Amino acid sequence: MKVLLMHYDRNFDWQRELPAQAPNLIQDLGLEVLFNHMSGGDEFLLQVAQRGMLCSLAEPEAIIYRQQAFSDCLTHPEIVRAIYNLTVKTLVEKKKMFGWFSQTPEQNLRYAVQVMELLVRMLKRLRQVALESGTLFHSPAFKRFFAMLLEELDDAYFAIINEHLRRLQFRRGVLVSAGLGKGNSAVDIVLRSPLTEKPRWSELILGPRDGRLWFDVHPRDDAGHQALSELQARGVNLVANALRQSTEHVLGFFIQLRAELAFYLGCLNLRTVLNGRGFETSLPEPKPASEPSLSALGLYDPALALVAGGGVVANDLAAAGKELVVITGANQGGKSTFLRSIGLAQLLMQAGMFVPATEFSANVATGVFTHFKREEDKTMTRGKLDEELNRMSRIVDQIRPGGILLCNESFASTNEREGSEIGHQVIGALNEVGVKVLLVTHLFDLSQRFQREAPDGVLFLRAERLADGSRTFKIREGEALPTSHGMDLYDEIFRDGLPAPTAGD
Amino acid sequence: MTREPGQFSILFDPMDAGLELEDREDPAFFADLNLDQVFDAVAGARREYNLAAFFRFPLPTAASVTYRQDVFRDIESGLAEPLAAFAEQMRRARSHLTAARQRHARYSVAAWFLDAGEIYCAAVIALEKALSDFQPSSLGFQRCCAYLAAYVKSQAFQQLANETTRIKRGLGPTGYCVRVRGSRVVVSDYRGEPDYSVEVLATFNKFQQRDADNNLVKFTTDFNNHIQERIVELVARLYPELFRSLLSYCETHRAFLDPVVARFDREVEFYLAYLAYIEPLKSAGLSFCYPDVSTRSKEVDAVETFDIALASKLTRENRHVVCNDFRLSQGERIFVVSGPNQGGKTTFARSFGQLHYLASLGCPVPGRRAQLFLCDRIFAHFEKHEVIEDLQGKLQEELLRVREILRDATDSSIVIMNESLSSTTAEDSLFLGREVIGRLMELGVLAVYVTFIDELSRLGASVVSMVSTVVPDNPAERTFKIERMPADGRAYALAIAERHGLTHGSIKARIGR
Repeated sequence: MKVLLMHYDRNFDWQRELPAQAPNLIQDLGLEVLFNHMSGGDEFLLQVAQRGMLCSLAEPEAIIYRQQAFSDCLTHPEIVRAIYNLTVKTLVEKKKMFGWFSQTPEQNLRYAVQVMELLVRMLKRLRQVALESGTLFHSPAFKRFFAMLLEELDDAYFAIINEHLRRLQFRRGVLVSAGLGKGNSAVDIVLRSPLTEKPRWSELILGPRDGRLWFDVHPRDDAGHQALSELQARGVNLVANALRQSTEHVLGFFIQLRAELAFYLGCLNLRTVLNGRGFETSLPEPKPASEPSLSALGLYDPALALVAGGGVVANDLAAAGKELVVITGANQGGKSTFLRSIGLAQLLMQAGMFVPATEFSANVATGVFTHFKREEDKTMTRGKLDEELNRMSRIVDQIRPGGILLCNESFASTNEREGSEIGHQVIGALNEVGVKVLLVTHLFDLSQRFQREAPDGVLFLRAERLADGSRTFKIREGEALPTSHGMDLYDEIFRDGLPAPTAGD
Repeated sequence: MTREPGQFSILFDPMDAGLELEDREDPAFFADLNLDQVFDAVAGARREYNLAAFFRFPLPTAASVTYRQDVFRDIESGLAEPLAAFAEQMRRARSHLTAARQRHARYSVAAWFLDAGEIYCAAVIALEKALSDFQPSSLGFQRCCAYLAAYVKSQAFQQLANETTRIKRGLGPTGYCVRVRGSRVVVSDYRGEPDYSVEVLATFNKFQQRDADNNLVKFTTDFNNHIQERIVELVARLYPELFRSLLSYCETHRAFLDPVVARFDREVEFYLAYLAYIEPLKSAGLSFCYPDVSTRSKEVDAVETFDIALASKLTRENRHVVCNDFRLSQGERIFVVSGPNQGGKTTFARSFGQLHYLASLGCPVPGRRAQLFLCDRIFAHFEKHEVIEDLQGKLQEELLRVREILRDATDSSIVIMNESLSSTTAEDSLFLGREVIGRLMELGVLAVYVTFIDELSRLGASVVSMVSTVVPDNPAERTFKIERMPADGRAYALAIAERHGLTHGSIKARIGR
C-alpha cells in the first residue's frame, strides 16, 4: 500500500538529503522566504517543503501528475486538511503510549498490541473518508489513492487482524522450535503455530504419548522456573518484534501520507498568500529535455514580492533554443532579480508547483545550479577568486548535461581580462556539454566575445536605463554596452544621500 | 605420483630470508616521515598477526620487491575477497578452539571443537579452489596453490574433512520442539510447524514503506543452563548414534592445524592490511601504482603522488588531497624545495621518502606511475619543533646529527632534510646549506632539501628547484601543488583556474561523456 500522491511510481522521500547545490540555491534564490510562507513556522511542513521544492522532478509527466493532484487540493482543501489532521492525530495518540520502557519481549508484545488497536481504529476512519468523499477527486493521484483504501481495507481484512490479536494472548502456553548452537545451547528459538491447536486432555494429565520426552521442573527449583520463563520470552521475542514492526509499517503508512499531503498544504499556503496580495500564479507548461525552451510572460520574483509587497516589476522572456542568455546593463537595474525569478520559476515548475508568472514554459533540466557573487572575504583579494572558482568547481562536479546554471557576476573577483578569459573557457565548455547558462555580468570583454563567436545560440538582454539615467527594472533584448553605469549609481546615491530603491541587485 | 607439498613463504623468496626480523625496532626516520602512523594504522587493527615486524624489513633486491608486487597484483586482480574470507574463517576457527578449551560439559566441548574443524576445512578448501580457479601469475601464489592442492588431497586432511561433514550433516538439521506450559517441558522432534511471526508480518506487510526498526530484545548470553542441559539430554536420546560419534571425533583430531597454512595465514595479512589501509584513499580517487625499482638507476619519476599519512587523515575528514609530480633525470640528484610556508613543502619531502620506503617493502605506492631507486638506507633530518631557548645549542645539536648522516650515508642512500639548519640567521643558513648540499652533491645521493632560502635552489646542474606555488589564503585547504620551476614563480589567475579543474578542456572532460 503506497501513498503515491507525490510520485506516480514511488514514495516521496521527505527525509532524503538535499542535493549538494541546495545551500547555494536557498541563499541565492531567497528560498527561505518561500519556505516560511509554505510552512507557517511548522517544522515538519518546512522539512517537506524543502525536499519537495529542491528535489526536482525529471520528466514532464511527473510534473503534470503533481499539477493535477494540486488542482484537486485547490478544489477540496477541507477534505485534504481533514485527512492530514487524521494522520497527525494518529501520530500524536501513538506518542502518548510509552513504548520506550519495553525491555522484555512480553512488554514489547503488550505495547505492540495496544498500538495496533489504535491504528486499526484510525484505518477504519480513513476508510470512511474514502467512502464518503473519494468520488469528488479527479486527479490520477487521488483517484488511485482512494480506490486503494477501499480495496485493501475491507471487513475481511479487519477480521484477520482481530484473530491475531486474540491468539497473541497465549492462553495455551507456547510452542517453540530450536536448534543446537555453540556448546549445545538452544539457538534459533522460534515461536511456532501448533499444527493442532489443542493438546488432548489425556496428555495434559498423564504426560504426552507417542514417545515424546518430557520432564517437570521441580516446584522449588527457582532457577529452573526462571530459565523456563526465559525460554518462553525468547520464543515470544520474534513475534513481539514482528507485531511491533507491523505497527511501524502501518504507522509508516500514516507518516508517509502525512508527508505527501504536507507538501500540497504548503503549496496551498504559499498560493493563498501570493494571490491574497494580488500576485498572479499559474501552472507552467513543462517541456521534455529534447525541446529546449524557456519563455515567460509576467514573470516576477515571488520572494521579493513577499518581502517588498507592491511595486514589483514583471518581465517577459523568450529564450527558446538559446544555450546562453547574457544579461548586462545598468547597476541596480533589476538584473539579479530577473535572474532569480527565472531560477525560481524553473525550480517551482520542476517541483510540480505553480509559478510566479502569467505564463511560463521551459524544458525540464537535470538540475538547477547557482553561482552568485558573494560578499565575504573582502580583504583577501586572491582568496576571493580562489573561493569563487572553488564553488564553480564543485558545481562542475555535480552538474550534468541538460542542467541549468545561473551565474551572477561570476569571475569578477580578478581583473577584467583574466576574469573574461576564465569565464569564456568555463561557459564555453559548459555550453558545449549541453548545460544552459544564464549569466549576469559586467565583463564587457566576455560579452563581446560571445557576441562575436556565437550570435545564434546566445540571447543578449539588457536592463533598461532611460536617457535621464533612471531605471525601469525592465529587462529587454539588447547587446552589452561598454560601461555598467556605475558612475550613475554613485551619483544617485551620493547626490541625495539615500540608498538605492528596493528592487534590485 | 604423489610428493610432499613444498613449503613456501608468501612474503619472502627464498622463504628463509625474513627469519630474523622479529627483534628490530622502528628506524629513526619512521617518525619524521610519519610512516610510524601509517604502519601503526596498518598493523594496529590486526595486532594478533604481529605485522609490525614485516614493515621494518625493507627488501634488498629488485627481485624480492617484484616477488611481492606480483603477489599484490594477484590479490588486487581478484584474490582479495577469497583471502579476506579465508583470514576471517581462520580467526573464527582459532576462537572456537579457545572456546572448546574453556568448556567442561562433554557435549559442549565437542560441539565447539567440531565447529572449529568445520570452519578450518571450509577455509582451506575454499582458498584452494579460489586459487586454482584464479590461476595466479605470481610465483608466491603459484607456490601457495601447489602446496594447498597437495595438502587438500592428503589423507589426513581428507579424513578430517569427511568426518566433520558427516557429523555436522547429522547435527545441523537437528531441530527439536519444546512446549512449555506451567512447569511442564515436552521435547519432541520438529515437524514443520509454521513460524508464527511470519504469519503476523505477512498480515501487515502491505503497509510497509521502508524497513522497520528492529525491536528484538537482545539476549546477551546463549540459552545455556541446567534446563537446557536436561533438554539436550532428551535431544541426545532422540539421536543416540550421532552424539556418540561426536565424542569420538574430538579424540581423533586433536591437532589439525597445518603449520604451513598457519604461516601463510599470518604472512598474507601483510598484503591485506596494507590494501585495506589504502582502500579508502583509492575510493577517494587517489591513485596507487607498482613502481619500477632499480638498485642502479637514480633517475626517479613519480606522477600524481601524495603523502600517504596526510592523505589518509584528509580522506577520513572528507577533505581534498592535492597530488604532486616529481622527476629527476640524467644527472639530477637533489630537490631543493622552497616557497611560501604551509604550501606543502614538508609534505612533499615526506612523500618522496615514503614512496621510496614503501617501494622497498614491495608495496603499491601513491601515484599514477612511478620509477624509484631501491636505496640501502634512508636518512631523515627534520627540524624539531620543541621550543628550545638556546638557539646555539639547537644549531649545534642539528649539526652533529647532520654530520652523522653525512658520515653514514653511501651513494646508494636517500637523504631528506626538512628546514634543517634554519635555527640561525639567514646568512648562516645559506652558508651551511651550501656546504651540506655541496657534500650531498659530491656523494651523489638522492636528496630532498626543504628550505626557505631561494638561493640554495641554484647550486648546480644536479639540483632541481621545486616551489610551493600558491599562497595559502584559504585556510580550508592546507596542501598545495609543488611545481618544478625557478624559485621566484608566482600564481596567476589562470593557474588557479587550472588548479580548480576549470579550463575549457578539463571541464569538458569532467562533465562530458
